Amino acid sequence: MSLAEPAALPVATSAAPRLDVLKRLGTRFRASLPAYLLLLPSLVFLALFTYGAMGRVLVDALYQRATPKAPVRFIGLDNVAAVLADPAFSGAVVNNLVYAVGTAVPSIGLALLFALALSRTNAVSSALRTALFLPVLIPMVAASALFMFIFLPNVGLLDYYIGRLLPVLPNWLGDPDIALYAIMVITIWKNAGYYMLFFLAGLQAVPEDVMEAAHLDGAGPYMRLRHIILPELKPTFLFVTVIATLNAVTQVDHVFVMTQGGPSNSTNLVLFYIYQQAVEHYDVGKASAATLLTLAALMGLTALSFRTMANREGGP
Amino acid sequence: MKLFDRLFRDAPLATRGEITPKLGFLLTVLLAIVWLIPFLWMVVATLRPASDGINAMAELMPSLKPTLDNVRDAWEIGDFPRYTLNTTIICAGILLVQFATITLAGFAFARLAFVGKTLIFYLFLMQLMLVPVLLIVPNLSLVAQLGLYDTLTGVMMPFFASAFGTFLMRQAFEAIPTELEDAALIDGASLFQRIRHIYVPLSVPSFSAFAIISVTSHWNDFLWPLMVINSPDKRPLTVGLSVFTKTAEGTQAWGTIAAGTLMVIAPLLITFLIFQKRFISSFVTSGIK
Repeated sequence: MSLAEPAALPVATSAAPRLDVLKRLGTRFRASLPAYLLLLPSLVFLALFTYGAMGRVLVDALYQRATPKAPVRFIGLDNVAAVLADPAFSGAVVNNLVYAVGTAVPSIGLALLFALALSRTNAVSSALRTALFLPVLIPMVAASALFMFIFLPNVGLLDYYIGRLLPVLPNWLGDPDIALYAIMVITIWKNAGYYMLFFLAGLQAVPEDVMEAAHLDGAGPYMRLRHIILPELKPTFLFVTVIATLNAVTQVDHVFVMTQGGPSNSTNLVLFYIYQQAVEHYDVGKASAATLLTLAALMGLTALSFRTMANREGGP
Repeated sequence: MKLFDRLFRDAPLATRGEITPKLGFLLTVLLAIVWLIPFLWMVVATLRPASDGINAMAELMPSLKPTLDNVRDAWEIGDFPRYTLNTTIICAGILLVQFATITLAGFAFARLAFVGKTLIFYLFLMQLMLVPVLLIVPNLSLVAQLGLYDTLTGVMMPFFASAFGTFLMRQAFEAIPTELEDAALIDGASLFQRIRHIYVPLSVPSFSAFAIISVTSHWNDFLWPLMVINSPDKRPLTVGLSVFTKTAEGTQAWGTIAAGTLMVIAPLLITFLIFQKRFISSFVTSGIK
């Protein structure tokens, strides 16, 4: 049975008395009872931590928190306005956009390269795939600990091996112009191997005989990539882009461990801003307003991509 | 290393005698080496004696006099056995409750007809779109209201229901022939008996795929437990590591930090290396962490 198919409801005909319809509806509901009982445990937790949370964000965003001087007060969209007017928030949004594009494009590009190069089945390819996949499994906090030493001024791995070739040794995490790009490197390192998996799976759909025929017809690697492989991988691209965007908004552990949003807010990302407002400034109203804006943006984006995916046949 | 291979069957993209694909492969080899450098450094630095000095810390050549001092120091500074225990409790607790909730809900969606099915399905779908990580602020206040602040249960609770797991189980259950259930029905098996003795045993691969995804993501969770947990003895590995790193960073003890990081990531990495194929296929089929 298809899931999207709604349960057939009894249709009231003009001949049937109203009471009879109600009775039949009652029977349908009684017949549905076992299903409701099975769904109840899940629905309780979803109600508490998803829909309820969504509702509380909405309400909290409309109120001002009690202060020693004033009680809780309804202030309408003032929190939203305050967040929108906060240069730290707009800064975080801009940082997050740069961060999203700057991590998604290279990691997806690298993932495609890795998948194309390692699609063959042999011991070497297999070992390389493992090497590239390992960062996916380690916590962002652990990755941050390792990269903190890599970026350490003077004695760190980067300066020790490469920095010395530069005229001036940059302070990778301490320079507001560089820090955001430095933390982007960690994300690319961590995610490229994950996206590679989806491209490897997608490549299996490329028909070998078509590739063989194109090869015999003299189509070079670029032509085959452009006209055979990439069109086949379109759904994978879309899917991976959605995941990469979500990751860019939801992964902030490295900001927390390495830079705390600094120097001078240069690495502040939206989720870290929300955390700061709620936990450091105790401003739940502002934090909720920021959450609301972010959720709206993300849901719009996800809905859009779902629609695009639904319009294409056979997404991953 | 043949484990990957069974999953990705040979896909020769017709590259005989061409230079571009070979260059791409070479570049990938170089990048794979670069990708391993942080791991290599971690192991080398863990074994490096403090007497080598801070200036030799970045050296990727292993020390000729390897020592376990860093491991001992890390073990003493951070309470890693306690952190590991807490993380294990969190992951196991979440997974056990999830198994119950997703089995029941998955079965309802796969096999039962009921009023409002489409609507309820969309309610589940919404969880995937709402990105639970972003709801930390309202969920923290709820956890506090429930009196679960600073408890491991508080860390686990928001994940007890899983829309992704429900969809995965629905798919698995739909693939099971109804004849099996009909036979049990004739024998007078109750609903729960049918789920327990027919659907669950036949869906073990889906359960294990879900287990891998669930445990991996909660093993690595940081921000949420950081907000819920206050007592040092309730910290999971990730929070413990971040506090430990801050302490050791002040003393420039990078060998100790490397050792601590190694201790945190070793369990999952070793499990992965043993069950590579399973991990990879779960990650591919899920697509959602």
